[in-house]
Amino acid sequence: MSKVNITVNGKATSATVEDRLLLVDYLREGRNLTGTHVGCDTSQCGACLVMVDGKAVKACTMLAVQADGTEVQTIEGIATDGNLHPMQEAFRENHGLQCGFCTPGMIMTGIDMVNRHGTDLDEKTIREDLEGNICRCTGYHNIVKSIAAGAKAMAN
Amino acid sequence: MYETIYARADSVSDAASKMGSAGDGKYISGGMTLLPTMKQRLAAPDALIDLTSIGDMGGVDSSGRSVKIGALATHNEVNSSSALRSACPALADLAGWIGDPAVRYRGTIGGSIANNDPAADYPSAMLALGATIHTNSREISADDFFTGMFETALSDEEIVTGISFNAPEKCSYEKFRNPASRYAMAGVFVAKHADGVRVGVTGASQGGAYRWTEAEDALNANWSPDALDGLAVDEGDMLSDIHATAAYRANLVKVMAKRAVAGAK
Amino acid sequence: MGVEGIGARVVRKEDKRFITGKGRYTDDHKVAGMMHAAFVRSPHAHAKIKGINKSAAEAMSGVEAVLDGKQLTGDAIGNIICGWMVHSKDGSPMNMGAWSALATETVRYVGDAVCIVIAETLEEAKAAAEAVEVNYDVLDAVVKATDALKDGAPQLHPEAKNNLIFDWEIGEEEATDAAFNKAAKVVELDIRNNRLVPNPMEPRAALVQYDTAEDHLTLHTTSQNPHVARLVLSAFYNVAPEHKLRVIAPDVGGGFGAKIYIYPEEIACLWAAKRLGVSAIKWTADRTEAFLTDAHGRDHVSKAKMAFDKDNKIIGFKIETVANLGAYMSLFSSATPTYLYATLLSGQYNIPTIHANVKTVYTNTVPVDAYRGAGRPEATFLVERMMTKAARELGEDPAELRRKNFIRSFPHQTPVIMNYDTGDFDASLDAAMEAADYKGFAKRRDEAESRGKKRGIGMSCYIEACGIAPSAAVGSLGAGVGLWESAEVRVNPVGTVEILTGSHSHGQGHETTFAQLVSDRFGLPGENVQIVHGDTDKVQFGMGTYGSRSGAVGMSAIVKALDKVEAKAKKIAAHLLEAAEGDIEIKDGEVLVKGTDKKLAWHEVCLGAYTGHNLPEGMEPGLKEGAFYDPANFTFPAGCYICEVEIDPDTGTTEIVQFVAADDFGQIINPMIVEGQVHGGVAQGIGQAMMENAVYDDEGQLISASYMDYQMPRAGDLPSFQVSHQTTPCTTNPLGIKGCGEAGAIGSPPAVINAITDAIGTERFVMPATPHRVWQAINGGEGHDIAGAT
Repeated sequence: MSKVNITVNGKATSATVEDRLLLVDYLREGRNLTGTHVGCDTSQCGACLVMVDGKAVKACTMLAVQADGTEVQTIEGIATDGNLHPMQEAFRENHGLQCGFCTPGMIMTGIDMVNRHGTDLDEKTIREDLEGNICRCTGYHNIVKSIAAGAKAMAN
Repeated sequence: MYETIYARADSVSDAASKMGSAGDGKYISGGMTLLPTMKQRLAAPDALIDLTSIGDMGGVDSSGRSVKIGALATHNEVNSSSALRSACPALADLAGWIGDPAVRYRGTIGGSIANNDPAADYPSAMLALGATIHTNSREISADDFFTGMFETALSDEEIVTGISFNAPEKCSYEKFRNPASRYAMAGVFVAKHADGVRVGVTGASQGGAYRWTEAEDALNANWSPDALDGLAVDEGDMLSDIHATAAYRANLVKVMAKRAVAGAK
Repeated sequence: MGVEGIGARVVRKEDKRFITGKGRYTDDHKVAGMMHAAFVRSPHAHAKIKGINKSAAEAMSGVEAVLDGKQLTGDAIGNIICGWMVHSKDGSPMNMGAWSALATETVRYVGDAVCIVIAETLEEAKAAAEAVEVNYDVLDAVVKATDALKDGAPQLHPEAKNNLIFDWEIGEEEATDAAFNKAAKVVELDIRNNRLVPNPMEPRAALVQYDTAEDHLTLHTTSQNPHVARLVLSAFYNVAPEHKLRVIAPDVGGGFGAKIYIYPEEIACLWAAKRLGVSAIKWTADRTEAFLTDAHGRDHVSKAKMAFDKDNKIIGFKIETVANLGAYMSLFSSATPTYLYATLLSGQYNIPTIHANVKTVYTNTVPVDAYRGAGRPEATFLVERMMTKAARELGEDPAELRRKNFIRSFPHQTPVIMNYDTGDFDASLDAAMEAADYKGFAKRRDEAESRGKKRGIGMSCYIEACGIAPSAAVGSLGAGVGLWESAEVRVNPVGTVEILTGSHSHGQGHETTFAQLVSDRFGLPGENVQIVHGDTDKVQFGMGTYGSRSGAVGMSAIVKALDKVEAKAKKIAAHLLEAAEGDIEIKDGEVLVKGTDKKLAWHEVCLGAYTGHNLPEGMEPGLKEGAFYDPANFTFPAGCYICEVEIDPDTGTTEIVQFVAADDFGQIINPMIVEGQVHGGVAQGIGQAMMENAVYDDEGQLISASYMDYQMPRAGDLPSFQVSHQTTPCTTNPLGIKGCGEAGAIGSPPAVINAITDAIGTERFVMPATPHRVWQAINGGEGHDIAGAT
């Protein structure tokens, strides 16, 4: 067991956890932040994507103890002052989700793409950078549109 | 996941000493391979020694043609290093082909090399670049380092601290991905050095990454994709599975090699 | 239509919770005192259980119990059933083998559940499951359906001699044979429809709560049809009587068929909670368990031949299919390769006579059942590959051969049960060819060739059948349930509306689309409408969502209930406004007397219904109406898909350079949502055609049991899609809806494979068209085992 201090969505959290506890389970079970999902066991689907110190990380492939001392942002923490994040809004406006299960990871990936490539994203870049996010419902068509639109909106 | 104990090392010697006192420990940095394996209960190290807090073991440096990359450099750092991109763009490109953006933020070059997955990308580059693998106790040439599938020259407590090489005149990496896992089904790194051509191949062979010496000879004689036309990759050495027969992999090795030569810069 | 009415692209109401991480899926639910379940599963494809030693596991920390199949059957928990009786052509009923939720004597596939372990934490449950020692006597296994029928093959069930479940036929064999005798040309096709793993992104899960005082069970589960689940759990599995069992399907992360069925895990968790008196047990599958236990899809091997006259008109069609149903018969497994498959073999074409023979077979693999499209993709793949191959052999353009044989007069009775009510197949074909610039293809092919690439174009003119119905008809074909739908419209005294529906949304956007019906009818804003679904305590009964039925059947039920509400509201308004009932109109939230300025606000009428102060003589208070809608016929969505590919001959890599979908879904309520359904369906169809394949080795191990080995389509594997709609309204339901959920997965695989075979110039080709297989085909090599590894 180890003690961890992790800032989650701007709030300091602290707990004594089993060393084998995954960050995703710390968030879902420990912090009740169930918007971060688990869709596979091979670190490929991206449903568990969160930001750790500003970078997109698969929370199913990081131990909570590895996240000790970091700042973690989940899907529950990206809206500000009750306003949806532009990337969230873009997914709604562009029908970028159906069942919603992969959606939190997709939105976090979209934000990370903007962090890396800026706000003008072309289709090829978006499709390539969705390599680690699997969706079974949308055929990605509207996810690609959503991310492009969300990125543009983030410029404003 | 089985129970395990986690400890952060603050120096290389601290890490080695922690490993020495563990029963069946594993070093961990990004954990991009180790943690999925543990989650599937296919590995059960009783201790995880985290190397990521060790100072002076990361970064990508190049002065002139001399390149040094710390073991803790992430794939993302290697991919986005402007210094590396001017000295040896193919290696930066290679890093951008590993996994996905989230994996590239966490996975490290040292971890990839030490694991020597037969379908990992870096080993082919290390071989082709004639790189030196630095550990906490010695320097090992890439030719001596990779000893077979998931096998390296590392001893139990030995830690990869970095790699170095002299950038070649021209180089290129071409990867054909396994459509499901996205690991290399055949990846070929071609490097034209002042003293000759080196060709590293990954993903295809039963023995893990290897140098394709026939191709090197042919390219030394004639630096051109056509130089490989007459060569045949030995199917007997190739992996065969549900994704690709040995014949297909042999074909891919040749096609990727030709494309790498054509695209070298 | 109004801004939120029928035909409007209304942004989804349900999205707010999903984009903010507030969706509530089964695994997101937690209750105090909840224990966790893990399963001991067979590592062998076929074995006798000689003994189970549980003592080490039972002694482990946190372990509440380890329960096995003998205990389960000892408590009179019933065997898992197939709910659709199919008879062989000799009249004998299908040979259904026993399937216990936990195996008692024999395991028949890798992953077959043997014990359930209940422990305080999930890690403890998993550790204990690993510590259960099961002593197996390993038997030979068989994984290919064609092998399982051979003499000397391992036998799975004593009830099914030679592993044959049934040998079924449809159509007229003699007449069909006679047609072939006078044919000018016969085209033959051997074909395999690859086995798929559905892979909704949310793995299956169950949370059981047991109230010992009331002896009442509540099950939260990942179901497409919670009422059917309750009925079956209660009536057949004997878990609890219906009034003591509540089933809730909360937010469900995709279904695609795999979440229709009632699986061993739910049964075992319910039984264990009650037997042990445990207040709550949760089980959530990991992805590996999903691969090993979710019902797989497809897996057919077929031989077909089509007879043409001298004018290239089809005069007969004959098909023999062997369908692999896996180790046990899943809930609808018998219907999928029969009434959902062979009844569509007439396609869009005038075919005077058809005969199909289907043998279904047990093998040591995961049970196979309906997966998005369910039988119709298999039929469409057969028909549309045949049409293209025939066109090539007859020297006709594939579009022209199709046109020559299109059905153009409706209603049209096919030789295989279906009666198409309407359609305009030329319209979709024209639209698709125009959008794809079909005429300009030759030029594009030449240009590609100059770059060393092989370019090909392929089309598929599909027709499918949705809204399986009417109930009396499906009953006569063997269905164990009726396939109607229910709806209740509750108008509140303040005028807001709640719609209770037996349909279930797991991505389809019902909360938005269904509300549009109310907006359209009464002019109310969508925010004043709430859709209630997925809870047997709230909605009395319903049949759930599968087979693209929620539009055609579910919404028709809502329309019927809305009709009743409207009629009553008009009566009340006529009474209050002292006008004739026929003069009352409800529009934009107001209730008006036509041609006058007399009116009431909608909520005034609603409030009047509930105060009861001034109602027409003899009228009951309240404004709430229910309806059951039983369709008069199937609906027949149809369309044309065109795929264009470019192939790198050195590696066999295929790039889809354009994909065009032209669909006739009849009336569309929300085009945005319908387009999304097409995108997703086409992606799954392209996945089947080019990427996905469940592969077993000869010992029955599923080799492609994770995303490392089973290629899920990713964004970089797919193009953007060009989608359009043509509309001939369905004539048999009130809205004219045909259904859109499965068409994409049904129509796309043959379009892709027709394009690839066009590019590489060979017909013998087995899905999926991975780079490896395409390269082999180009090089005239292997990879053409039609029977294939399953």
